[in-house]
Amino acid sequence: MNMFLNGLKRSGLGPLLLLTILLAVVLPLSLDIFRLNLVGKYLTYAFVAVGLVMVWGYGGVLSLGQGVFFGLGGYAMAMFLKLEASDPITTKIQSTPGIPDFMDWNQITELPAFWLPFKSLPLTLILVIAVPTLLAWIISYAMFKRRVGGVYFAIITQAVSLIVTVLIIGQQGYTGGVNGMTDLKTVLGWDTRTDSAKYILYFVCVALLIASILLCRWVQKSKCGTLLLAMRDKEDRVRFSGYDVADFKIFTFCLAAALSGIGGALFALQVGFMSPSFVGIVPSIEMVIYAAVGGRLSLVGAVYGALLVNAGKTLFSESFPDLWLFLMAALFIGVTMAFPMGLAGLVESHIKPWWVRKQSERRLNAEKLAAAHASYPERPGSKLPPGVSGQQA
Amino acid sequence: MSNTDFALAVEDLTVSFDGFKAIDALTLYIDKNELRVIIGPNGAGKTTLLDLICGKTRASGGSIKFKNTELTQMAEHKRVRLGIGRKFQTPSIYENLSVFQNLEVSYPKGRSVFGALAFKCTDEVRAKVQVVAEEISLSDKLDTEAGLLSHGQKQWLEIGMLLMQEPELLMLDEPIAGMSARERELTAELLKRICANRAVIVIEHDMDFVKQIAHKVTVMHQGKILAEGSMDKVQNDPKVIDVYLGH
Repeated sequence: MNMFLNGLKRSGLGPLLLLTILLAVVLPLSLDIFRLNLVGKYLTYAFVAVGLVMVWGYGGVLSLGQGVFFGLGGYAMAMFLKLEASDPITTKIQSTPGIPDFMDWNQITELPAFWLPFKSLPLTLILVIAVPTLLAWIISYAMFKRRVGGVYFAIITQAVSLIVTVLIIGQQGYTGGVNGMTDLKTVLGWDTRTDSAKYILYFVCVALLIASILLCRWVQKSKCGTLLLAMRDKEDRVRFSGYDVADFKIFTFCLAAALSGIGGALFALQVGFMSPSFVGIVPSIEMVIYAAVGGRLSLVGAVYGALLVNAGKTLFSESFPDLWLFLMAALFIGVTMAFPMGLAGLVESHIKPWWVRKQSERRLNAEKLAAAHASYPERPGSKLPPGVSGQQA
Repeated sequence: MSNTDFALAVEDLTVSFDGFKAIDALTLYIDKNELRVIIGPNGAGKTTLLDLICGKTRASGGSIKFKNTELTQMAEHKRVRLGIGRKFQTPSIYENLSVFQNLEVSYPKGRSVFGALAFKCTDEVRAKVQVVAEEISLSDKLDTEAGLLSHGQKQWLEIGMLLMQEPELLMLDEPIAGMSARERELTAELLKRICANRAVIVIEHDMDFVKQIAHKVTVMHQGKILAEGSMDKVQNDPKVIDVYLGH
C-alpha cells in the first residue's frame, strides 16, 4: 500500500486518481440520474477546458472561439442522431418523408449532399474529430505561419465564432437555424433517453475525459511539452534553435479543437439536442472562464473549474432566478482577483503547505509520544521494550 | 554571386528601414575555423548584420551565402538546421526550465512536432548534455532552475545551448556583457576552445577582450565596413581611431 502511494506521489497522478474516484464512484452513488446527467453535461465542457489548458496555459495562445469546435463536434453527432430520428415512417406526414423536420419546413425536398456522410455512425465518429481539427488547422495555419498571436489571435477566433453562429442561424434549412437540432432519440436503435442509457453515456463521458487528460499529460511530459513552455518564455530562442514555432502552436490548437469536438459530440448524446447557443461568443468566453477558475496550467483543475462554474450556474439560477447572473459575475471576478492561478493555484499555495505542516506536526507528536513512553519504561502490564510501543503510537 | 571557399560570404548586403540604410552594400567573408570580432560604435549595424544572417531581419538586397547556400529567402529555423547558431545580446534562456532541460531541448533531434512527441532522452543525449555542461562550467548546476543562475552563467548557458547543436557558424552578440573579470577570462578560454571546428563571429566592445580572442577584426561604421585586418593594424588605422577608438 505504501509503495503504491509513493509511486503515485512520484508520478504525480494522485490528483487524477482522486478525480476519477469522484467522477466514477462518488458522484454516481450520491446523485440521482437527473443530477448525474447534468454533471455529464458539465463534463462535456470540461473537454474544452482541458484543451484550453493545453493551448492557453501551455501554449500561451488564448482562443476565444473554442465554442466553434465544441459546436462542430456537437453538430456532427446531432446530424447523425437527427437522421436516425427522421426515418420515413415517423416523418410520413411531411411533404418529403425521410428528411429532418426542419428541412421540410424550409421547403427542402432532398437531403443536402453534406448530410450524407452522417448516415453512417463510423463516419460520423471520425468527422466529430476531423471537422473541428480541420477548421482549427486552417485558422491556425493562416495565423501562426504569419506570426499573428496574442490579442489579435484572440480577436480572430472570436470573429470566427461569430461568423459560424451567423452561418448556422442563417442557413435554417440545412442546420435547423436558431432552434438547433432537437428530438434526438436513438443511436442505431438504442434509446439514449432512458435512465440506463444516461448512466452508460455518463460513464463513457468520464472514461473519455480521463483518457483525454492522460493524452494531454503525455504531450506535456514529452519534448513537445517542454518546447511549448520554452516558447511561452522565449519564442525567438526556440525559433533560432531550429524549430518551426508555428508548427507547435498549430498542433496544440488542433489538439484542443479535437478534444472540444469530442466534448460537443458527448453533449449532443447526453442532452439530446444541439443549438447555436453553444457555439457563439458568450459560451466560448465562458469556456475560457472554466479553465481560468480551475487554473490554466492544471488539466485536472480545468475539470473542477467546469464542474464548479456550471454547478454554480445551475444552483444560482434555481435559487435566485433574478440575481443569478450577478452572482456568477461575482464568482468570476472574485476568483480572478483572489486566485489568478485558479483553484489549482490555490491548492499549490495553501492546501499543500498546510498538508505538509500537518504531516510534520503529526510526526513531531508521534516522536513526543514515543519520548513520553520511553520515560515511563516500567508501565504496569507493558512487556514491550519502550521504543516499540512508541513507534506504534 | 559566385561560389567561394569561405564558410560565410556576405556580398553587397543592404537593408533599409524606411529609407535609412542600417546596412549599406556590405561585403564580408568569414573563413572556416576563423574567429572574427566585429567592433564599431553604437548604431553601426553590428547587431543588424547578425539579424540578417540568422534571418531575424529580411535583407532588402544582396546575398548571404553559407557554405555556398543562399540564405536570404530561407526561413529562420532552416538556417539553424544548416548549422548557424545565434546568441542574443541579452541572455535568452528558458528561465522556468532547469539547466538540463535548457540543454536537452536544444539537442538537434526531434525538431518536428511528431519528432518531439516521440523524442526520448537517451544516454546519447545525456552524455552530450554532460559534455557541454562541463564545457560551460555548469555541470554541477544541471538541476538548477535556469532563472536562478547568475548573469554570467546565463550567458554561458545560452552558448551551451548553441553548442548542443554543433553549429558550423556561431554568432555571439556581446557574450561577456555583465560578466565579472574572472568570468571574462573563462569566457575567453571557452571561445578559443570552441572555435576549433567552426567559424565564430563575436560582437564586442571590450577592447582587451577582443585582443585576447580575435583572429581578425572588422570595424563597422554607419552600415559599412570601415577597416578590416589584425588587431594591431586596425588599432593604428587613423579612420578607426577617429570614429571609434578615440585619440
